[in-house]
Amino acid sequence: MNSAGFMFNIDNGYLEGLCRGFKCGILKQADYLNLVQCETLEDLKLHLQGTDYGSFLANEPSPLSVSVIDDKLREKLVIEFQHMRNHAVEPLSNFLDFITYGYMIDNIILLITGTLHQRPISELIPKCHPLGSFEQMEAIHVASTPAELYNAVLVDTPLAPFFVDCISEQDLDEMNIEIIRNTLYKAYLEAFYNFCKKMGGATADVMCEILAFEADRRAIIITINSFGTELSKDDRAKLYPNCGRMYPDGLAALARADDYEQVKTVAEYYAEYAALFDGSGNNPGDKTLEDKFFEHEVKLNVFAFLQQFHFGVFYAYLKLKEQECRNIVWIAECVAQKHRAKIDNYIPIF
Amino acid sequence: MAAQIRTVVTNTFLTLFVSVAVVLILYYVFNGQGERVSVGWFLSTTSPYMWACLGIGLSVSLSVVGAALGIHTTGTSIVGGGVKAPRIKTKNLISVIFCEAVAIYGLITAIVLSGQLDQFQMSVVLNNQALQNSNWLSGYLIFGAGLAVGLVNLFCGIAVGIIGSGAALSDAANAALFVKILIVEIFGSAIGLFGLIVGIYMTSKSKMGDKE
Repeated sequence: MNSAGFMFNIDNGYLEGLCRGFKCGILKQADYLNLVQCETLEDLKLHLQGTDYGSFLANEPSPLSVSVIDDKLREKLVIEFQHMRNHAVEPLSNFLDFITYGYMIDNIILLITGTLHQRPISELIPKCHPLGSFEQMEAIHVASTPAELYNAVLVDTPLAPFFVDCISEQDLDEMNIEIIRNTLYKAYLEAFYNFCKKMGGATADVMCEILAFEADRRAIIITINSFGTELSKDDRAKLYPNCGRMYPDGLAALARADDYEQVKTVAEYYAEYAALFDGSGNNPGDKTLEDKFFEHEVKLNVFAFLQQFHFGVFYAYLKLKEQECRNIVWIAECVAQKHRAKIDNYIPIF
Repeated sequence: MAAQIRTVVTNTFLTLFVSVAVVLILYYVFNGQGERVSVGWFLSTTSPYMWACLGIGLSVSLSVVGAALGIHTTGTSIVGGGVKAPRIKTKNLISVIFCEAVAIYGLITAIVLSGQLDQFQMSVVLNNQALQNSNWLSGYLIFGAGLAVGLVNLFCGIAVGIIGSGAALSDAANAALFVKILIVEIFGSAIGLFGLIVGIYMTSKSKMGDKE
């Protein structure tokens, strides 16, 4: 239904135009070349003023710190996203809400981990991602088991259906929190994937590819990170999101893997993942696997802009902008610490 | 919410139409006039006036619907793209004008078709086979021409609107692309003209009135 351009534009034409307008403000390669030349953070601020960011740092007292830049970059992105969310109608509003659920999961995990380490909740709240904030967030410290967490906090949030699988966990310790995070994220990704698939048309084409990659990336990273921990292979297999390209054969093979080399062998069956593994390494000068994954994600997100009349642009814009924030923060860190050797390790977008 | 309203409106109209048709058919059947529920009877007894006026109405109304959809599609994108790139707003009015032209094709056809419409005495025509033939032919010709022009312009308007929306967004991203997409848009706009030509040519044989 929504694949027809004129029907799509009735409800979403303005926002798509707006989102594409925002996307044109994403820093280009030339901007990055200017940024890496900077000697101090003040220079960086000056260069950023010449871009779409404008005078977003104007009211900050010098000396600037990297964390201030990070906060301001994120604040600008959040304002833009919420502006679009406030103007959206069904089904786009649902889609945008789905994007924020991912941040809600991160926030919940952050808060639980924080309370586990006896941090006061007032100190943790400002650290949460504003896109994922919800009303019941401050009550999270009352929970000591997953069942309590569900009944006291999550039952009224949109995350409730994702959490059903985690209630059986016994108590909240470091290990279980990681398992809860991954189970939640698995349920979230699968729900998002099915939602996009149901939308059909170009939205399904673009989003399913991005989300399938996201699912496979999580599966691979969970496997690699689980080596040398007490997570059993069965438990590990339960955390894999079942909506990627590697489902079901690749995931079954991943579940049996014992070391990095075996993961690599599994990935060889998938042309695009094999290329990512081939280009990565831990030697100095090589890119890490994580960076390779980010690069591939950026590529998929840029492809989203090649089609018109679909919702993928909103997701892709948010992800590209996040990558840009990471890039700027990385460059700012390198500048602030006078550690220029690795300053070129950012991931250019356009 | 908006989608729900659309569904409700469509469903209401469909149910209304089907129920009225069912009631009418049942009425005829039960009153011994069942032969009236027949396409042949309907076609031979409806007045040419009705066909001609339906054609004129369809030609202008479907064209306007097409133009409106096109302008809406283009307009939302111009407004959205214009937030971050205000320079596109004047240039892309061209796309809106292309969509507007589609409505004008329908309007021209409607005016030409209205010129063919002529009064006749039903009693004179029914007694003269040749006159009846020419009047009935004219009625169907005007209806066909109006429907052809209306449908052609409906889809032409949608096509131009979608291209116009693409033109606005690509112009906002890269000003060099505007002229290139404009050419695509011109070709899209030209298909509306085909309908106009065919419609006017179709009615060249029509002749209404009760004079030999």
